[in-house]
Amino acid sequence: MKPGSSQTQGGVGLLIAAAVLLGLWQLAAVVVNNQMLPPPLAALTSFIQLAQGPLAIHLWSSFYRAGYSILLSLVLAVPLGLFLGRNPRVDHWVAPMIFLTYPIPKIVFLPLVLLFLGIGDASKIFLITLIVFYQILVTTRDAAKGVPEADILSLRSLGGGPWAVYRHVIVPACLPDILTALRISSGTAVAVLFLVESFATVEGLGYFIMDAWTRASAAEMFAGIIAMGVLGFVLILGVDLMERYLCRWRQT
Amino acid sequence: MIQLQHVYQSYGNAETSVPILTDFCLTVKPGERCVLIGPSGCGKSTLLLVIAGLLRADQGLIRIDRQEISGPRRHTSLILQDYGLFPWKRVVENIALGLCLQGVRKREAACRVQPVIKRLGLSGLEQRYPGQLSGGQRQRVAVGRALATEPDLLLMDEPFSSLDALTRESLQNLTLEIAGRDQLTIVLVTHNIEEAAFLGHRILVLDGPPLTLIGTVENQLSTTGYRGQAAFYETCTRIRSLLQHCSQRFED
Repeated sequence: MKPGSSQTQGGVGLLIAAAVLLGLWQLAAVVVNNQMLPPPLAALTSFIQLAQGPLAIHLWSSFYRAGYSILLSLVLAVPLGLFLGRNPRVDHWVAPMIFLTYPIPKIVFLPLVLLFLGIGDASKIFLITLIVFYQILVTTRDAAKGVPEADILSLRSLGGGPWAVYRHVIVPACLPDILTALRISSGTAVAVLFLVESFATVEGLGYFIMDAWTRASAAEMFAGIIAMGVLGFVLILGVDLMERYLCRWRQT
Repeated sequence: MIQLQHVYQSYGNAETSVPILTDFCLTVKPGERCVLIGPSGCGKSTLLLVIAGLLRADQGLIRIDRQEISGPRRHTSLILQDYGLFPWKRVVENIALGLCLQGVRKREAACRVQPVIKRLGLSGLEQRYPGQLSGGQRQRVAVGRALATEPDLLLMDEPFSSLDALTRESLQNLTLEIAGRDQLTIVLVTHNIEEAAFLGHRILVLDGPPLTLIGTVENQLSTTGYRGQAAFYETCTRIRSLLQHCSQRFED
């Protein structure tokens, strides 16, 4: 799929999709007929009301936790991935370490992380970063490995040194893959966020949703769920905008 | 003038080493257009990379203009078959890249390449990306990028092999015109007998690996009208019979 046809483009398609989803939700609410599944209108009203008050604060804490984690993962994983992809000798030793640790579901370390990093933001950001880091690292490394040797020869023949090779060839060649990894990671980040925020905290959407659930306040819970959706959407929209700016050449 | 004396080059490690060049000697005079033709994998592209300074010979002397080369040389330009243009750079950025890598500011470089853009008939396409160009236009950009650094030596590795017949001929004419006007020395690798006959002052028919000279065809007549003349067909026939000789040797 070309980025030009990405999900967030085409306002009409988006509106129709939203209408269909709301219709299905309404249908489900009618069929289930349980007060824990309110119809969309009630949930949206509650969302708008709460968004002017406490929900905004929770949304903000979740947003900056996810945002920091994604930024941190990018800063750490992209240079490392590019380096490993272009240096087979180092990669030869590091790759086994990555592939032994990659399949471990990092979320199981939550208790340990809470123990060592405390119940503040640090533990949450650390865990999300750890998970997103791997996704970006593996994709970036593979992308860097796949850069055609002829492209590099071509730049070197023009007098480019090692830095120029990264700047003019490897980074731009890997950007589309990095952004795809970032888009997937944004979804992962929000999912992990929910989990880490449901424990030992009184801030964030995860807490907000679980708290509303324990109080059986369906409207509040759904306001939190909608806020979570908004958060995910904003992150992916951000990636899309970056892609449109950084990968203009692919939209042709 | 290019001088190669007793050059050795091999691929692979000590145990599985394949000798590509063994005791290879070659002299190309200034302003000469020397064509290398031979079966795939015979080592002619390796030879070109060695002359470009992109591949270090294991042994032997490589001199261009009496200067021994140890890396890419400022006034040597390389044109490759499919790659070499960066799809993420606009036409003008691709052409100006060599100058930018030499430390010329981006804006100044863009101004300095204007005459080249004009000369290659690329005016009006400066802001396009390679993906928005036809194959012939793309290869013109590659020629433009090679010319922008004002080379005295042009190395071409099957530059026109992915183009259709007429586009290929028009680019061959362009090459001839440029070579004549700028007094360029050209070393061209090709599979195409007509291309060799049309562009070469001297055609070296090669076999290998290791790269071995099967025969030389001298050819002083290349002008744009040459394609229709009897001498052109005679040259083609001589090249063909030498190539047949090496393919027979291969079958034996």
